[in-house]
Amino acid sequence: MNFCQFLQLNWAELLLLVRQHIVLVFLAILIAVSIGVPTGIALTRYRALRGPVLGLANVMQTIPSLALFGFLIPLPFIGGIGSRTALVALVLYSLLPIIRNTVTGILGVEPSVREAAVAMGMTDGQVLRQVELPLAMGVIVTGIRVATVIAVGVTTIAAAVGAGGLGVYIFRGLRQYDNNLLLAGALSAALLALAADFLLGLLERRFSFEAKRKSATSVKLRLALAAGVVLLLIAGVAFWRSVARPTPTSQGHVAIGSKDFTESALLAEIAAQMLEARGVSVERRFELGGNLPHEALVSGTLDLYPEYTGTSFTAILHHSPIGDPRAVYNQVKQEYADKFKVEVSPPLGFENTFAILVRGDEARRLNLKTISDASPQAPRWRAGFGQDFMSRDDGYPGFSKTYGLKFAQVREMDLSLTYIALASRQVDLIAGNSTEGRIATLDLVQLADDRHFFPPYEAVYLVREDSLTRVPALGEVLSRLANAISTDDMRGLNYEIDGNKRDPKEVVKEWLKTKKF
Amino acid sequence: MLPRGTDDALVQFHNVSFSLPTVPNPIISELNLTVERGETLVLLGESGCGKTTTLKLVNRLLTPTSGEVVVEGKPTTAWDPIALRRRIGYVIQEGGLFPHFTIAQNVGLVPSLSGWEPTRTHERVSELLSLVGLDPDRFAERYPRELSGGQRQRIGVARALAADPPLLLLDEPFGALDPLTRASLQREFAELTKRLGKTAILVTHDVREALILARRIGLMHKGQLVLLETPEQFLASNHPQVRAYVETLELAGGRQ
Repeated sequence: MNFCQFLQLNWAELLLLVRQHIVLVFLAILIAVSIGVPTGIALTRYRALRGPVLGLANVMQTIPSLALFGFLIPLPFIGGIGSRTALVALVLYSLLPIIRNTVTGILGVEPSVREAAVAMGMTDGQVLRQVELPLAMGVIVTGIRVATVIAVGVTTIAAAVGAGGLGVYIFRGLRQYDNNLLLAGALSAALLALAADFLLGLLERRFSFEAKRKSATSVKLRLALAAGVVLLLIAGVAFWRSVARPTPTSQGHVAIGSKDFTESALLAEIAAQMLEARGVSVERRFELGGNLPHEALVSGTLDLYPEYTGTSFTAILHHSPIGDPRAVYNQVKQEYADKFKVEVSPPLGFENTFAILVRGDEARRLNLKTISDASPQAPRWRAGFGQDFMSRDDGYPGFSKTYGLKFAQVREMDLSLTYIALASRQVDLIAGNSTEGRIATLDLVQLADDRHFFPPYEAVYLVREDSLTRVPALGEVLSRLANAISTDDMRGLNYEIDGNKRDPKEVVKEWLKTKKF
Repeated sequence: MLPRGTDDALVQFHNVSFSLPTVPNPIISELNLTVERGETLVLLGESGCGKTTTLKLVNRLLTPTSGEVVVEGKPTTAWDPIALRRRIGYVIQEGGLFPHFTIAQNVGLVPSLSGWEPTRTHERVSELLSLVGLDPDRFAERYPRELSGGQRQRIGVARALAADPPLLLLDEPFGALDPLTRASLQREFAELTKRLGKTAILVTHDVREALILARRIGLMHKGQLVLLETPEQFLASNHPQVRAYVETLELAGGRQ
């Protein structure tokens, strides 16, 4: 599929994402201006506050956006997942340029002009409104312009917390190694940034008094601006209402989350469609990064998300990996009930563990079957691992120690890109997911874990106990799905998405039909 | 009973000192001065002698560290600063015009602030522009940057006169102008204040300007009033600093 065909097929969704993106940026800038400009004005009046406040805003801007989203998730009112969290983060990022330029603009007003204004008998408010603000407006608009362009960029990250926008395409494109998705997301975001820069540039020129024409023009301009603001406000309110929780139906309402990889989203979609078939209204909050789904589940923003027992055991509960799947499952179930009031569903029937993969031709040439077979090759091999694998106890540190591996080079990269990197000989060994659909299609070979290092990762759903009581259909769906998905099923489903680039909703719908759920 | 002379005094300085925490020496020390209604008093002195500070103490852009400044019988600290400033016209070098206001808006500023009817403000603006020798039809809708330095200075004076204040404060009003424009503006200004019966305090370092405009000249040095005389007495004085000023005049203009 070339890019034009892709656009023809997906233009409706792309427009929706563009709209979400614009509304998020616009609302964020609106809020940031209404906080930042008054703050900036206050700082010109209270010199002592200037250093600390500007410093704080400065620090705010140096926090990496994903980390900031992470901090915000567990917070009440402003946190959680979705567009509200994204807005808070965007506002925080936009404050610095707006506050700083307000201060600079006002302090930059010719002292003799300000002195004349005071000496004419203007009150403080009149000096501010009639002299300082109009003269500083050009500089302030420059600040807003800078903040807007930054916000267009940061908003792409907001997809990681389920806020939508063009980041959805960018993240999905990275994961599926789909250039059309990447291009559509990135190009649109870039065009938005350029357009915002251009339009605000026009505004900036209008506001700087040097270019001011007759007062009639500025009245017209003000009217047009006011109309624009009102229109966008209406759009914003409409958007706000569309992202707010839908009114619960008689069968109840659940929010389902997923992690940011295909399999997790598929499992979430399966639960979602089965619940919808039972009249439950479902809010989909898919493709959340890192530990966000867990945080959101515990804080009550999510009712359910798919997880792996091994991940819960090591990454959430911080236990050292053990080899017995039953023991892991039972302990996770017990501790989740005690600590989080979260129920662990019966296992879904397949395991997903780290699969140590090499190229098929290499495996056949060197007759490699197990990881131990491969360890003599390590010193001349380059390894590629996802960020997750690099950092967790049951990942690289323990793995390399158990097998005594010393690679020529270890690259940390996005997990979904490691498969391609391996197939295209950029690296020689990776740690993938055992249910990854591309293992077969890219001719990769999984080496057996002959020392039983990797703990069992049984797929389960995690669901809040109070959600089970609130929505009875949840319990029924979870027991129907017990042992219902085999490893082959999962590989097949994954491949439909990642390999054949099909729509997850369609794929899940078909699968549920063939399984007669 | 107030002494008879008080009626004629518009501004009085009583033992006024002014200092800044960051500067060791006082900017103004123990200043006593009376400005009478209808006179033009010129404060003459080199940069940093405290003459501009003296001016700012009158319209309460600054308040005295000790002593008091009395305007129309009331200490400035007892005045509402806004009301006080609207009764005092203020002209600074380059005019201090608002670059984002038209000439009409600049001149009509104080009347607008005081809540005049727009038509009345409009008439007043036209009247003032004519008074300072600028055609209202040509200049009213222009912006300050479109005017020459001399024209801007006229607008500055017109703006200060707008609400018909009894007192004008002028801080080096003609300092940035070329000599020819300066001379003609000085003449016009002298004629204008006489005709309108305004009281004015004008600050300058130009002794020629002081001699042309002043009814009395106050010579300031290091925050103190050294001498207060009429121009004739000033020229005749043997005070060494006065002699220094008069000599620059003779060097520049030749003996007449």
